[in-house]
Amino acid sequence: MNVVVCVKQIPDPADPGALEEDHTLKRDGKLILDESDSYGVEMALQLADAAGGGDVTLVSMAPNNETSGLRTALAMGAAKAVLVSDDALSGAGALDTAKVLAAAIKRVEGADLILAATESSDGYTGTVPEQIAAVLDLPSVTFAKHVEVADGTVKVQRQTESGFDECEAPLPALVSVTAGVVEPRYPSFKGIMAAKSKPVDQVTVADLGLDPSAVGWAGAGQEIVDVSPAPERQAGEVIEDEGDAHQKIVEFLDGLKVL
Amino acid sequence: MDFDLTEEQESFRKVVRDFAVNEIAPHAEAWDRDHTFPVDTVRAMGDLGLFGLPFPEEYGGSSSDFTTLCLAIEEIARVDQSMAITLEAGVGLGANPIFRFGSEAQRQRWLPDLCAGRALGGFGLTEPEAGSDAGGTRTRARLDEGSGKWVIDGEKAFITNSGTAITSLVTITARTDPGREEGGKPEISTIVVPAGTPGMGVQPAYRKMGWHASDTHGLAFADCRVPSDHLLGERGRGFANFLAILDDGRVAIAALALGTIEACLEQSVAYAQHRSAFGKPIGSYQAVAFKCADLAVMADTARSLVYKAAWLKDQGRPFKKAAAMAKLHATEAAVTATREATQIFGGYGFIDETPVSRFYRDSKILEIGEGTSEVQRLVISRQLGLPV
Ligand SMILES: Cc1cc2nc3c(=O)[nH]c(=O)nc-3n(C[C@H](O)[C@H](O)[C@H](O)COP(=O)(O)OP(=O)(O)OC[C@H]3O[C@@H](n4cnc5c(N)ncnc54)[C@H](O)[C@@H]3O)c2cc1C
Ligand SMILES: Cc1cc2nc3c(=O)[nH]c(=O)nc-3n(C[C@H](O)[C@H](O)[C@H](O)COP(=O)(O)OP(=O)(O)OC[C@H]3O[C@@H](n4cnc5c(N)ncnc54)[C@H](O)[C@@H]3O)c2cc1C
Repeated sequence: MNVVVCVKQIPDPADPGALEEDHTLKRDGKLILDESDSYGVEMALQLADAAGGGDVTLVSMAPNNETSGLRTALAMGAAKAVLVSDDALSGAGALDTAKVLAAAIKRVEGADLILAATESSDGYTGTVPEQIAAVLDLPSVTFAKHVEVADGTVKVQRQTESGFDECEAPLPALVSVTAGVVEPRYPSFKGIMAAKSKPVDQVTVADLGLDPSAVGWAGAGQEIVDVSPAPERQAGEVIEDEGDAHQKIVEFLDGLKVL
Repeated sequence: MDFDLTEEQESFRKVVRDFAVNEIAPHAEAWDRDHTFPVDTVRAMGDLGLFGLPFPEEYGGSSSDFTTLCLAIEEIARVDQSMAITLEAGVGLGANPIFRFGSEAQRQRWLPDLCAGRALGGFGLTEPEAGSDAGGTRTRARLDEGSGKWVIDGEKAFITNSGTAITSLVTITARTDPGREEGGKPEISTIVVPAGTPGMGVQPAYRKMGWHASDTHGLAFADCRVPSDHLLGERGRGFANFLAILDDGRVAIAALALGTIEACLEQSVAYAQHRSAFGKPIGSYQAVAFKCADLAVMADTARSLVYKAAWLKDQGRPFKKAAAMAKLHATEAAVTATREATQIFGGYGFIDETPVSRFYRDSKILEIGEGTSEVQRLVISRQLGLPV
């Protein structure tokens, strides 16, 4: 079975860097594999293994031909990658990203299943996977906490607030997985060395047959006018116990409507 | 001149750091308290490929260089010396002798499990009456002509990884010269004794000052018989063999000490910034800030010596002196660094919840195992041509 995994390469959350003049995040440093996507990679490797073979192919859109995050996923065991990198993508929104990724996925022959994370760690709009499915006209299942494939069907336990739904979709399909669907493996040294020579197909927007003037800022139909820091957390309310502290606390909680 | 590691080494260092922080650090205090040898974690280290790093892929290894092994040991030691020494001894004392001196058949037989971390090996050199003076080995092995077996009698002391649930073998040194006791040098050979061989008694674990989660036992041999093909390397080359093994091991122990110093530096600086006394962070007092500065110098000097020695070995150049210097300096610095870090943490530094207190107890052995500081000075002095 051939599985395609969308993996986003993001600035290291431990060292996120500054904003550009247009208020977007500077992505000029080394980007890393979004931890959210390590679950999809692991899931894909396990599914291919369970099916008795097949390739796991990564698909990513990132600036500056960045491959650091891809190398991590290749070191975990993915076979190859398609990377879309193009200055024209500067300012891309979620829909643009989905169109680009969908076009990149089409380059991968014989994809049975496409995995993505439910949401990324940096942008977290949580909308890209479904938009990819819509562009490719594929069934999609979100919030997967368990994934199984048998007889041309993907069976998913879909996380809900009260438990989970059991869903099925015919392949090919797109599934977005939650953190914790599987425990991602640590890449081994052998894996890291092998990743060096695994193929990364680097393509531009034009290579994908898309119009460079219709993506990025041009296609996003949005502009970031201002960015301001989140307000500092206010100091909490201190209740001195004069014998009635319990009452005051109950009143406080009552006011929050949590009781 | 180039001080950079390769990109792959940096990536792998990061993986091992994540592993250490997620899989080892949260449990290290409890393992230390309960004297637990965490078999599952050791096997997870095996799955990561740590135990096979420097060995060829045909035996299940990763064909890394020696520097990469040192990086892995350093990273584990940043959170826990017990697991770092389990790795260091597993590779350096367990698998390395088999790889360096074993026949092809011996390698095929024992290395794959050791490289995968499914099994651990020990190296039994030290005896109750022979430590620094390891040539003074009293354990004897006699080749019984009738059965074609080595018959081993004697005792070994302080053998790391010799009594775990996954220990597969202990390589020991023994005198094989029963006929030539008078005059001349004793003939010492190395023999592999599989775990569970009748006649090899594994004594109860020692009660130790540190390294509580590392496995250390005395071994007693009484009419212990192993087949003649368990001789490792040439008969009579045992002394030369273990000296070679120890040169590698010293660099690896120094890497372990380096990890400890780095952890002390990081934790001390963080604590000095956050802990206040007399209305100011303690890091604003020179007495504390300068200790941190000294820790930074210790970390850098240790790192330079360790990586230099590892690099020399990887280049195939002589590194005996560099190994002894790295071990001497880094381990003595680790003892100083852990003492100073404990001081910076004040009363909390003496409490088990604070990692530096464990690091302090763990570090003293670094100046003793795989050659004491005095023995390192002896090695260095002799390399300088002095007649000591
Ligand atoms: C103003 C702005 C400017 C931007 N500029 C650029 C730019 O110059 N160049 C550039 O490459 N990107 C750029 N991006 C980022 C890109 O547009 C985002 O990938 C996109 O907005 C997806 O949003 P999200 O992170 O919320 O996705 P979500 O919907 O939260 O992501 C869900 C999952 O979809 C998959 N996915 C999402 N994005 C990608 C991706 N890029 N590659 C692979 N898989 C993915 C992952 O599996 C992810 O976990 C920019 C974004 C914004 C908002
Ligand atoms: C936790 C632990 C794990 C160990 N693991 C192993 C293992 O896996 N395998 C193994 O074989 N051994 C192991 N050892 C043993 C260790 O290597 C020895 O303890 C060490 O080599 C010192 O030997 P000794 O204890 O006999 O001390 P001694 O040799 O008796 O030394 C006592 C003191 O005299 C000094 N001294 C001795 N000779 C001289 C000299 N010529 N000049 C100056 N000073 C001298 C020493 O430096 C030391 O300070 C371990 C020990 C411990 C505690």
